[in-house]
Amino acid sequence: MALFEATHLQKRFGEQVVLEDITLSFEEGQLSGIMGPNGAGKSTCFNVLTGQYKPDNGRVVFDGRDITGKSARVIAGLGISRSFQIMNLFDEFTAIENILIALPESINRSFNPVHDIQGNVSAMEKAADVLNKVGLSGREFTQASSLPYGERRALEIGVALASDPRLLFLDEPTQGLGADGTARLSELINELKKSYSIVVIEHDMDFLFGLADKISVIHWGQVIATGTPDQLRENEWVMASTLGEIA
Amino acid sequence: MNQRVAQSSNPLLTNDSGEHSHRVALTTQKTAIITKQMICMFIILGTFPLWSEWVGLYNYLGAEIAIWIIYALGFNLLLGYTGLPSFGHGAFFGIGAYAYGLTQLGIIESVWAGIFFSVLAGGIAAAVVACFISHRRGIYYALMTIAFGQIFWFTSMRWHTLTGGEDGLLNIHRGELNLGFFSFSLSETSSLFYFIFAIVMLVTVGLWRLVHSPYGKALQAIRMNEMRARFLGYNVWLIKWSVFMISGAIAGLAGGLFALVQQSAYPDVMSLHASGLIVMLTLIGGGFVSYWGPVLGAIVFFMARDTLGAMTETWLLWYGLMFMLVIIFKPEGIAGLWQDLMKRREKRQLKVNGSTENASGEAK
Repeated sequence: MALFEATHLQKRFGEQVVLEDITLSFEEGQLSGIMGPNGAGKSTCFNVLTGQYKPDNGRVVFDGRDITGKSARVIAGLGISRSFQIMNLFDEFTAIENILIALPESINRSFNPVHDIQGNVSAMEKAADVLNKVGLSGREFTQASSLPYGERRALEIGVALASDPRLLFLDEPTQGLGADGTARLSELINELKKSYSIVVIEHDMDFLFGLADKISVIHWGQVIATGTPDQLRENEWVMASTLGEIA
Repeated sequence: MNQRVAQSSNPLLTNDSGEHSHRVALTTQKTAIITKQMICMFIILGTFPLWSEWVGLYNYLGAEIAIWIIYALGFNLLLGYTGLPSFGHGAFFGIGAYAYGLTQLGIIESVWAGIFFSVLAGGIAAAVVACFISHRRGIYYALMTIAFGQIFWFTSMRWHTLTGGEDGLLNIHRGELNLGFFSFSLSETSSLFYFIFAIVMLVTVGLWRLVHSPYGKALQAIRMNEMRARFLGYNVWLIKWSVFMISGAIAGLAGGLFALVQQSAYPDVMSLHASGLIVMLTLIGGGFVSYWGPVLGAIVFFMARDTLGAMTETWLLWYGLMFMLVIIFKPEGIAGLWQDLMKRREKRQLKVNGSTENASGEAK
């Protein structure tokens, strides 16, 4: 059974039906991609999967548990972590504080009024480890807002990694990155792939094709194809659709 | 690994080590329980009765400043740390004052019992209000606190049998303070001052510890990015609810002490005007950028009231102008001004030394 399964998801905003009928599954240990042209409903789909929106219809099951319509907090608690398309850091915190706040050590102590998390050696080491993983060693005490764009992206992924998630969702991670930054991010995600189950939503086809084990293509609020990058390359309709030719 | 770097003395001011950061070996950053700034403040405030008359002030002012420091520190937990604007905080201050008075007049003449009930009443009232507002943010949050503040204020004016209406509760005796092994009278202003000063110290140290705890970090995370905090798994609603309650309980404590020194409790302190004052002085002091902002704000406000007030009856006009200037030119307030000054000095020293060796990790 797949780690994460969504069946027949439907989402409407007023009159507009954004998700018609989405059925998706993500396997443990794999990097799954969600692809589609702008306005295809990727982001809405993502937000429904991670609990920001409730679907009007359908079911979302994670590790055998029904999490349809559960709050973001509950979903996070079950081991699903996400990054955001729009930069979502704690800007006035340093890089390491951004990671510290996302550690289970902090979240489980969120009502502890006396513990000193920055004096906690094991928590600090863990946070430094996460920063190291995303290539930010040496930036520990730099304020998040003064990091360059690419490093902020990396930190964003670090924050999502801090909880040691069972499933990591990345929302348009290449957004705003140049070719150089995208290449480096690709390297980073390739590295993370070895130890995490990951779902990446992306419109940069080359980026996703180089990384994913399996890709689902969304168009007009539906999954129009699912397969390995090689399979999809042979599917002309998919190629045309994701290139925006029939959008 | 465990070598301690001097921690940033200011919780909201991060180590600005940008380009030098590769020199910072990873270290834990233990937060000291007592800091230099704290000792500095305790010395200045604690010696107040010794020099106040010398500079033309009076002891009573010290007690007043001390009370408002407690009030403002608790208020800044909400405004500066969590980013939640409450414009009705006077309500909890007032409720604390009434609770103190009612305890003395109706239940038992004991300072401790009075203070206990002030904290309790302020906390409970805030907890109830927080149930209705904790899902809100920004302007809606502010508006709802105003509405609740007005309800409490109006009630205190009209519920004559309980609150004494516009006259308030009078003849609250200062009484004796029982410390178990001995007791002393609080009728002397200086003994009263030192009693309140002791509470100021407890609150200052306690809140300093609190804002550096995981709870305090969560508060700041909610201020910076509420949605992100929720997606990390924080119970944002409960944290917002609890911080409002804590802040209300501290306002209640301050209100109780206010009733003790004033020997009365009246609706004035609950008015919108009085609730605005605490916002204003916290902002002028620099509550958004420093733990010490509200302390500075309280001191400046009362100094301004007494020095400007001695010169002109329209001193609030001048104070208001000062507030506007601060908001326009230095929204980070006095604390922000001080931090800029320190940064500039540090840069100058760097230039003089011609090296960046000591730049990283230095305490600010």
